[in-house]
Amino acid sequence: MSDLHFKTITELAAMLAAGETTSVAITQAVIDRTAAVDDKVKAFLSSDADDALAQAKASDERRAAGKAIGPLDGIPIGIKDTLAVKDQPLRCASKMLENYVSPFDATCIVKLREAGAVIWGRLNMDEFAMGSSTENSAYHTTCNPWDLETIPGGSSGGSAAAMAAGEAIATLGTDTGGSIRQPAALCGVVGMKPTYGLISRYGLVAFASSLDQVGPFARTVEDAALLMQAMLGKDPLDSTSIEQPEAPDYAAALKEKKGPWKLGVPAEFFGEGIDPEVKANIEKAIDWYKSQGCEIVNISLPHSELAVPVYYIVATAEASSNLARFDGVRYTHRSEESKDAMTLFTKSRGEGFGDEVKRRIILGTYVLSSGYYDAYYLRAQKVRRLILSDFEKAFEQVDAILTPTSPTPAFKRGERADDPLAMYLSDIYTISVNLAGLPAISIPSGFTESGLPIGLQVIGKAFGEADMFAVANAFEKAHDYAQQTPKL
Amino acid sequence: MNYEAVIGLEIHVQVKTRTKMFTAAPYEYGAAPNTLTDAVVLGLPGTLPVLNHAAIEKCAKLGLMLGCEIAEECKWDRKNYFYPDSPKNYQLTQNEQPLCIGGKVEIELPGPSRNVEGEHRWVILNRIHLEEDPGKLTHEAFETVIDFNRAGVPLAEIVTEPDMSSSTEAVAFLNCLRNIIIYAGISDCDMEKGQMRCDANVSIRPVGSDKLGTRTEMKNLNSMSNVKASIEYEIQRQTEILEDGGNITQETRRWDVDKGISFSLRSKEEAHDYRYFPDPDLMPVQMDRARVAELEAELPERPLDKQRRYQKDLELPFTITSVLCQDRELSEFFEAALETHNAPKAIANYITNDLLRELSAVSEHGESAHSVSQSKLTPAHIGTLAKIIDEGVISKQIGKEVFTEMFATGDMPDVIVEKKGLEQSNDTGEIEALCREAIAGNAKAVGQYKEGNEKALNALKGPVMKATKGKANPAMLDELLKKLIDEG
Repeated sequence: MSDLHFKTITELAAMLAAGETTSVAITQAVIDRTAAVDDKVKAFLSSDADDALAQAKASDERRAAGKAIGPLDGIPIGIKDTLAVKDQPLRCASKMLENYVSPFDATCIVKLREAGAVIWGRLNMDEFAMGSSTENSAYHTTCNPWDLETIPGGSSGGSAAAMAAGEAIATLGTDTGGSIRQPAALCGVVGMKPTYGLISRYGLVAFASSLDQVGPFARTVEDAALLMQAMLGKDPLDSTSIEQPEAPDYAAALKEKKGPWKLGVPAEFFGEGIDPEVKANIEKAIDWYKSQGCEIVNISLPHSELAVPVYYIVATAEASSNLARFDGVRYTHRSEESKDAMTLFTKSRGEGFGDEVKRRIILGTYVLSSGYYDAYYLRAQKVRRLILSDFEKAFEQVDAILTPTSPTPAFKRGERADDPLAMYLSDIYTISVNLAGLPAISIPSGFTESGLPIGLQVIGKAFGEADMFAVANAFEKAHDYAQQTPKL
Repeated sequence: MNYEAVIGLEIHVQVKTRTKMFTAAPYEYGAAPNTLTDAVVLGLPGTLPVLNHAAIEKCAKLGLMLGCEIAEECKWDRKNYFYPDSPKNYQLTQNEQPLCIGGKVEIELPGPSRNVEGEHRWVILNRIHLEEDPGKLTHEAFETVIDFNRAGVPLAEIVTEPDMSSSTEAVAFLNCLRNIIIYAGISDCDMEKGQMRCDANVSIRPVGSDKLGTRTEMKNLNSMSNVKASIEYEIQRQTEILEDGGNITQETRRWDVDKGISFSLRSKEEAHDYRYFPDPDLMPVQMDRARVAELEAELPERPLDKQRRYQKDLELPFTITSVLCQDRELSEFFEAALETHNAPKAIANYITNDLLRELSAVSEHGESAHSVSQSKLTPAHIGTLAKIIDEGVISKQIGKEVFTEMFATGDMPDVIVEKKGLEQSNDTGEIEALCREAIAGNAKAVGQYKEGNEKALNALKGPVMKATKGKANPAMLDELLKKLIDEG
C-alpha cells in the first residue's frame, strides 16, 4: 500500500474498482503524508481528518453496495481557501475572514460531491488570491516542495505544493491571471484554467469576476480532464456560466485525438525577461512536437505586451468593488476601535486586509474614479478586446498555442516581496489568456539544472478544452516529468 | 423679482414580485426582521446575483403604460458606496442602459372645486430603470440596527424631466402615476410601507427665464403631504436667498417631517463618487420584441383614458367618473355589471353612492378599509337590481331597500324581492281606489295641479305609496292620478 498518495486518480480508480484498496486507505494515506510533510511545506491552512475519513467511509459503503459513482468516487481532493465548502472555514487566507465559516458549498464542490469525491482541507493562497508567491497569505508562507527555500508560486500556491508533496490526489485552485498555471509550473504538476464560463463561479469568493475561473491541479492531464468533466456545466446560480451546445467528452477526446496538430508559437512570449533555462526547455518541447509531425507556426500576439497593465486595471477595478462587502458590519473582522459607521469601515478594513490587497483596492478605486474611468477602465476594456482578437486571428491558423507558463522557475522567498512590479511580471505569459477568456493548461516540461520544475503552457480555443488536453497529453505520455516527485 | 419653480422628481417604486431582484428569497412587508434573506441577499462571500425576469417584465410593462421606449438591451452597473444598509457596499442598478427610455404621464390638476374637473397636462419622463432596494437602518438610542428583509427587493426608479412648476403639480403627478402603477398591478404604492418613495429636485428662476437655476435635491419624502410641504418650503427658502442677493448651493437636503424644515445633508463637493462600472456578474438583458408587443397588448386602460371614455361614451359626469376611475377594481366591477344590464348611469350611481357608502360604513366599524372585492356583492347583483327596476318589477324606492338587504346578505335582488314580497303592485283596481281616496282628501293639491303645478301630484302620490308600502308602480300611479283628476 505504499505511496498511495502519489498515485493518479486513474490508477486509484482502477484499484478501487478492483477492490485492491479503499477510499479510507487512500484518504488515510493522504492524511498521514500531510502529517509527515506539511510542517515543512505548509500547504494547508486547516484540515479536518475526521470529516474526510467520514466521507471516505461513505464512499466505501457506496462501493460495497454496488453503487460506486465513477472515477472520482472516494478520491481526496484538496480545496483552495477561496472556494466555499459548507461548514468549513472560508478565510481566503485573510485576517478579514478569520472566523468566517461558509454556510453553503460552491457549485464545483457540489458537483465533486455528486461524483463521490472526498473534500479535503483548506489550502493556502495569497490573500484573496492576490499574488504570485503565496507570500501574501495572512497566515503563513507555503514552501515549494522541490526547494523549501523557494516559493510555490501563487496565488494557488497551497494547491500546487500539496500536489507536489503528495498531500492530496488532486486539488482545486482558482485562476484570475495565472494563479493555477504559474504555481503548477513552479511545483511540477498539471494545472488547468478552463474557458471563462465553463465552470460555475458560485461559491468562489470573487477577486476579479470577469477573469476568475475555478480549475484543477492534477498529476496528469487525464486526471485534470476527469475533474473538469465532473465540474463543468451551466449553473442557474451563475449567470456567466455557459451551456455548451454539445456536452464535451474529454476521456473520449484523449483516446481519439492523436494529432498531428498545427501549433502556434508567439514570438512575444520568448523575449525580454525570460530565464534562459526556461527558454531552452520550452524550445525543446516545441521541437518534440515538431518531431511528432506537428506543424509549428510562428504567430504574433502583438497586444500581449499590454496584457499586464490592462489586467491590473480591470482586475483591480473589479476587486475594489468585490471586496467592498468586507466592511466590519457583519461576518468579517471588526475593529475594536470603531466608533461610528465610518470608522467601523475604515478601521476594520485597515486592520483586516494585508498590504497587497490594500494596494489593489486603492488602484482599482482610482481607475474607476470620476474623471479617470474613461482613461483607464474603459480604455483597458478596449485593449482587452484587441488582445482577444489577436488570439482569434491566431486560432484561424492553429489548433493550440505553446508558450512557457512562467518566465522563471520558482524564486527565493522574499526575493520579490518588496517589488510588486517584478512580482506582477511573474504572470506575464498567463494573464492574456484570462483577459481573452481562453482555456490553458500548464504541464511539467522538465527541470532546471538546480532541479526546479519548468512548465509548458498549452493555450486552447474558447471551449476547445478537448483539443488542448489532447495536445498536452501527447507530450506528457512521451516524457516522465509528471512522475517525478520531490525529496522531502 | 418674480420667480418660478422648476421641479423634477425621482420616484422609487417597489415592484411587486414573488421573489427578490437577484435571488429566490421571498419578500413581503412586515415580516420579522432579517427573516426574508438568503446568502445572496446578505452578500455572503462567493454568492452571485441571478436576474428575476418577472421584475424585468413588470418594469417593461410600467414603461409601456407610461409611453416609454423599451430598450433593445439593458445592462447592469454597480453603484459603489459604503453604507451599512448595503450588504455588498454596492448597488446593482442600470446607469448606462436603462430598461425604459423617455415616456410621459398625463396628470389631472385639481379643479376649482371638488366636483369640477381640473386641467390636464403631460409630464415628461427621462427614464425608468431597475435596481435593488437596500436594507433598512433603524437608529436606536445607543446603536443602529439593520433589517435586510427589504434588501434586494426590485425597485423601479422613475425619473422625470424638470417639468413641473409647483407642489400642486408634483402631487398631482404622483397621484396619477400611483394610479397608473396600481392599475397595472406593478406595485401597491403604499407610501407608508415604503413601496413608493420620492426625491424632489427643486430650483427657481426669474419668471420668463429659460435658464435653469441651481437645484437642490430633497431626499426621503415618504408621503404626499411631505412632498407638498417640502417643495413649498424649498421654493420659499430659495426665493428668500435670492431676494437677499445670495446664491443657491447645489446640495442634497433632507426633509425633517417633525419640524417641517429641511437641512443640508451634503454639498456637491461632498457628493459620493459612485464609481459606476458594468457589473461583471450579470449578462446584458436582450428584450424580446415579440414579448414586449405581447405585454403591450395586455396593458390595462390608463385611468384618465378610462375617465375620458366614460364621460364621452357613457355620458357619465365627472363627479361619478372621478370616483369610478380612481380604482381599477371599482371600474372593472362597474364594467362587469354593465354586462348584466347596460344602464351605465343607474349602475354607476349604485356603485359610487350606495356601494361605497355601505363599504365605508362597514370599514368604520371593522376599522380596515373594505374594497369591493371584500363585499358580498358581485357585479351581477348591481346589474340585476338596475335591471328589475328598469323592467318595472320594483320601484327605485324599493330598490334602496333591496340594496341594503343584498349588501348585508349577499342574496340576489330578485330573490330578495320574491322572499319579501316587494314586487311592485300593478293592480289598477286597488290603486285606483286609493287614488280616488287621495284626490278626495286633498282638494288643495288637486287645485294646484289643475292650475298647472305638476309637483302638486306628489302630495297625492304620498298617501297611495304609504298605503301600498311603496309597491305601487310610480309611473302607473302618475298616469292614473292625472287621468282621474282630468276626468273628475
